[in-house]
Amino acid sequence: MATVEEKAGTGKKRVSNDALRGFFREMLLIRRFEEKVEERFRAGELPGFLHVAIGQEAVATGVCSALTREDVFASTHRAHGHAIAKGTPVDKIMAELYGKMEGCSGGYGGSMHLYDLEVGNLGANAVVAGGLPAIVGAALAFQMRDEKRVAVAFFGDGATNTGTFHESLNLAQLWKVPAIFVLENNGWAESTPAEQQLPLPVDQLGKRAAAFGMKLIEADGQDVEAVYLAALAARDHALAGKGPVLLHVRTFRLTGHFVGDPQVYRDREALKQERETKDPIRLLGARLELTDEDLAAIDAEVTAKVEASVEFAKAGTDPQPEDALKYVYA
Amino acid sequence: MPELTYREAVRDALAHALRKDDSVFLMGEDIAEMGGSMAVTQGLLEEFGPKRIRNTPISEMAIVGSGIGAAIQGMRPVVEIMYEDFLTLSMEQLVNQAAKHRTMSGGQVKVPLTIRTQGGAGWSPGAQHAQQLEAWFVHVPGLKVVFPSTPEDVRGLLWSSIYDDNPVVFFEHRTLYPLKGEVPTELEPIPLGKARIHREGEDVTVVATGRLVHEALQAAEAAESEGISVEVVDPRTLLPLDEETIIGSVCKTTRCVTAHEAVVRGGFGAELAAIIQQGAFDWLDAPIERVGARFGPLPFAPAMEQWVVPQAADVLEAIRRTVARS
Repeated sequence: MATVEEKAGTGKKRVSNDALRGFFREMLLIRRFEEKVEERFRAGELPGFLHVAIGQEAVATGVCSALTREDVFASTHRAHGHAIAKGTPVDKIMAELYGKMEGCSGGYGGSMHLYDLEVGNLGANAVVAGGLPAIVGAALAFQMRDEKRVAVAFFGDGATNTGTFHESLNLAQLWKVPAIFVLENNGWAESTPAEQQLPLPVDQLGKRAAAFGMKLIEADGQDVEAVYLAALAARDHALAGKGPVLLHVRTFRLTGHFVGDPQVYRDREALKQERETKDPIRLLGARLELTDEDLAAIDAEVTAKVEASVEFAKAGTDPQPEDALKYVYA
Repeated sequence: MPELTYREAVRDALAHALRKDDSVFLMGEDIAEMGGSMAVTQGLLEEFGPKRIRNTPISEMAIVGSGIGAAIQGMRPVVEIMYEDFLTLSMEQLVNQAAKHRTMSGGQVKVPLTIRTQGGAGWSPGAQHAQQLEAWFVHVPGLKVVFPSTPEDVRGLLWSSIYDDNPVVFFEHRTLYPLKGEVPTELEPIPLGKARIHREGEDVTVVATGRLVHEALQAAEAAESEGISVEVVDPRTLLPLDEETIIGSVCKTTRCVTAHEAVVRGGFGAELAAIIQQGAFDWLDAPIERVGARFGPLPFAPAMEQWVVPQAADVLEAIRRTVARS
């Protein structure tokens, strides 16, 4: 958990360098994890299909660092980062991707259905906006029981075009439940660019909050400190009984929609430029003025963790076919 | 034994559960001051207050979905979908979310959510306010499906549904709300997955659900005067299904008619017929007859509506056909 300090004289909050180094380490862990996942998928070791969030790590780390263990969240098909940032060990996530019983969903879920109730992960969801209504309900339960907890939904810009999004934010605001709706705006709905799927300019998508009379907080999604401070403010607002918050962060998906996506729809030059200028890990590394030595040490540490997770997963237990129906009913 | 209407019996089960523990609460359109479009929840707002008897916007997806989230967090919400036709608007949450969380999470998550709804023809609502869609939900692993036909059953089964740890889609039939019947003095839970034999008989088994239970009982009376002895079985819970009682009855009578108000094609009767031919093939003396609505959207004019949906006479005809085979 990062420590927040007042910037001398300005009244502005900032995050200590130590805390930022912690953020850096976690973001790099997420990056190396997802790179490893891509590699193992291409090697044919992972069943199903995968979506990575390379470029969006600052959102996962920034938001989840502002939450407590008791706070809950629902995620999307692009969920590895959220799960890691909320505290599920990479071993359990990797084991899930290998379909092992040691996985965080026991091998029943896969990449798009990562769960970990112990740390408040109510599940990644493969239906766009599918997790939003349940977050309203979770927040309602907290409100009814007078518990100081928030419920958080991650979703993308594409989700804001669904009826589920509108019904959920509408109800959340009506009942002033302690929910945070984190709009991870990467400007793409799979292969469809913002201008073909959003009625508003991509950077103005936060205006959707006004339709519900909902509090809007915005941050640069590539700046982990900004995301973290915005998430803290959103959490304070929600817990003060002032109602839910739309937390709009503009971010960049520096890879395809899914692993193996040839991205025929994407301008190569623009993508190259985004990779050079929008990489949140590179931006944070520069700001922290990490030396090559620092960087190598952190990288070696997180890479070793990721390598160990692959070993853990490969050594895991395959479920028996007839276990398939074990959890249909409680 | 006291007498309650089907409507009062639903209300009584809700009130008992609301009194028993704070985790139970209701959400739905017009359920508070108005007491629900079918007057089922009348008086509950006064006793339990607006935090637990919650009017919602017209947002079926959010009603069911927020129920899911509250249920996962340890509440036992009972949500009302005003007409079962409107369940179609919440299908994503019911089918992809409520039904699948437990399996997808490897058993970490429970969803103790009850979704009450009602439907049924006989009052000329037209095509979008009276469908019988129960069979759709029987096709979804992870859901339970209940369809009671009497005051006693609706009270005992609703109680068990609320206290079941799974999502339960609970169908009530609109034309049954005024029906009176005796109920036990104390609320007695009725376990899900147990059929009720309403009437014993020797020659034909009619497996009927919802309003058609009562039509089948009428038909059975008429058949009796023709010398045909009819057994009437109501599964009450469609999922899980009491196959043992149903197959046992058909093995005894050797003939079977299935009867529901929903259209015949792809209806629950098709599933019953498949299960019965598998379990009672060597006992059957006639093909299984299916009674249900004709295959079209419900028309408005009463004469057409009445012709489309099945009545006691249709059940009686089917009974005669099965007996005529031997």
